[in-house]
Amino acid sequence: MKLNGGQALMRSLERQGVEIVFGLPGGAILPAYDPLIDSTIRHVLVRHEQGAGHMAQGYAQATGRPGVAIVTSGPGATNIVTPLCDAYMDSVPLVVITGQVPYAAIGTDAFQECDTTGITMSVTKHNFLVSDAQDLPQVIHDAFHIATSGRPGPVLVDIPKCIVDPRNPRSALEWYEPDGHDLPGYRPRTEPDPAAVATAAELICSAQRPVIYSGGGILKSRAADALLRFAELVRIPVVTTLMNRGGFPDDHPLCLGMPGMHGNYTAVTSMQRADLLITLGARFDDRVTGKVGAFAPEAKVIHMDIDPAELGKVRQADVAIAADCRPGIEALTEAVTALGGAEAQADRRQWHDTIADWQERYPLVYEAGDSGGALKPQFVLEQLRDATPDDTVVCAGVGQHQMWASQYWRFNHPYTWINSGGLGTMGYAVPAAIGAKAGRPDRMVWAVDGDGCFQMTAQELVTANTERIPIKVAILNNAYLGMVRQWQEMFYEERYSEVYLSPDLPDYKGWAEAMGCEAMRIENPAEVRPAIEKANEIDDRSVVIDFRIDTQEKVFPMVPAGASNDDIVLDPSQQPPPR
Amino acid sequence: MAGTKRHHTLVVLVENKAGVLARVAGLFARRGFNIESLAVAPTEDARLSRITLAVDAESAPLEQVINQLDKLINVVSIRELAPEESVERELLVVTVNAAGDTRGQIMDLVRIFDGRVLNVGPDKLMVSMSGGPNRVDDFESLLRPYGIVELQRTGKVALPRLAKAGGEVGEF
Repeated sequence: MKLNGGQALMRSLERQGVEIVFGLPGGAILPAYDPLIDSTIRHVLVRHEQGAGHMAQGYAQATGRPGVAIVTSGPGATNIVTPLCDAYMDSVPLVVITGQVPYAAIGTDAFQECDTTGITMSVTKHNFLVSDAQDLPQVIHDAFHIATSGRPGPVLVDIPKCIVDPRNPRSALEWYEPDGHDLPGYRPRTEPDPAAVATAAELICSAQRPVIYSGGGILKSRAADALLRFAELVRIPVVTTLMNRGGFPDDHPLCLGMPGMHGNYTAVTSMQRADLLITLGARFDDRVTGKVGAFAPEAKVIHMDIDPAELGKVRQADVAIAADCRPGIEALTEAVTALGGAEAQADRRQWHDTIADWQERYPLVYEAGDSGGALKPQFVLEQLRDATPDDTVVCAGVGQHQMWASQYWRFNHPYTWINSGGLGTMGYAVPAAIGAKAGRPDRMVWAVDGDGCFQMTAQELVTANTERIPIKVAILNNAYLGMVRQWQEMFYEERYSEVYLSPDLPDYKGWAEAMGCEAMRIENPAEVRPAIEKANEIDDRSVVIDFRIDTQEKVFPMVPAGASNDDIVLDPSQQPPPR
Repeated sequence: MAGTKRHHTLVVLVENKAGVLARVAGLFARRGFNIESLAVAPTEDARLSRITLAVDAESAPLEQVINQLDKLINVVSIRELAPEESVERELLVVTVNAAGDTRGQIMDLVRIFDGRVLNVGPDKLMVSMSGGPNRVDDFESLLRPYGIVELQRTGKVALPRLAKAGGEVGEF
């Protein structure tokens, strides 16, 4: 069957099971948008290409399926570099299609030309420049394979205009169904080495003070069930990193919650005092370890990761297991069972008692404030958490609101927490929430956003309302770039440099209404719950609530950047623990 | 000089595709790995190119370099060649001042090191010489006092040493 490149592209995407793409057309990609009209694929027309990328990420993180975005050459491509880098850092499977100037024009500084594959080389798992229309079905087939297998990540396919333009003879191809992949250098390993698993199982059974350090790899490999079974078998407490919130239920007695720079005291300190870290799909990020040399000084380390380059990158492992978390954890469970399972575990009553004591003495706290005073962000989040369904998907931007959301929500289901962890991209919440809602229309989706973040990508609410993908946005408006303000207060002698944003400019309620949203401004604690309940009733358009929160409020606990996790700073109301 | 610093030699087989060298070089730059020398050429298999890389051993743990390289989709295989397990060669082309009496001394050095004279000027000589990196270093340093005008080294290439079946296999 004779097709042109544009038709082959759509057919290839359909063949991959793509149901929705996020994009914005332009000159170079224009011919590919014509066969889109006849395709079964739904296209969501964004207002900025960055929005398309983050929507694809939100979709992927909510569904586990690869997110797809289509943009044009030049500025279309450069505008999606941030989502590519974000997806690369957080291992999110994406396939991004970019238009390119016609092959013959490449290298001539043509209109809207940029070196897309060169620019994105270091922020993609792989990228392709298609030079022959005949290659297109195979390249798309390979792109999805690479994006979704092994350690997932973004793959970019750059397609010159001549290849999708039916008027150009270069666009002609004979359609075929690709069969297999000719990728001799790509062999992701998924099954663990049995010898390493056996050694790890022995270490686990004999450990006195073990902690399971679980990261985003749990969610990527759909291993939440396997982790639960394993943790319950060995009865070892679990910390869930920012990328694995929801990967182990917060309400489970073994769950210690989030470790790291703004982690709770027990999660941070249990790792510091541990004699064994069972690291599953985590990568010893600096925001978790604090000063690396002082991190978990007494712990032996079991490190399981699908990416062998993560093993030994930051912390030398005593047992390194290159494996996908799901088969890896299942193998560990089996090996521990063979050694006697629950009965074979060392006596850890003292360790569990110590942990329970920390939890009791150093819980997350905030000063409630009086009823007429400014809203406390933690109070808003508690109300939001308690007034929404248990399986609500929560998306966050980056900053104080993100940390409070991670701290104060109770995540009891996988794939209910979507945020920008590695890259820390402000403005992530709104488009990611739209993508998540597009993928999970059955779920309620709340974006918890800061006022600074909201201003970066709010225009996508127009997309949400036009495309009837209703989300809800809680802006925790403290009129500041709050996290930067917090650092300036704590570490720069309260010298506030370029962090004030104003609570009223823009008028968030008016702005949201102009974009077709229902909008509210809430200033009193008594109004919080009714406003959330009202928002939850609205299903035909997006809702934005501008919560005016206390400007002074800071995120605690906090490990100052570069400090040891032992130097954790608690809420001022809490007694510092004895050293 | 590739022969003297502490380094690892990696032989990296890559798919012979556009932009592969940029991917490898970009990875090294991004991760802060230092390349001591680099040689790239097609292999006996037209689909593959062989990159011989000398990596500064101080800049990163070898395992990390190999694992990061292996993540590049176009990298097919990576092999570390320890100096004692490999035969290494490098080519040097140099133009050196060679007026009057010194010309004969330089010709002696060229002969001793199995070099060749490529081009002769009234007061200069262009010579080439190939050998193991240490030997090339020696040759270069012996020429230096005469005044080097221009110099180019290729970066080393290497292949694994053949098995010693039934006695020593000599290095030629």
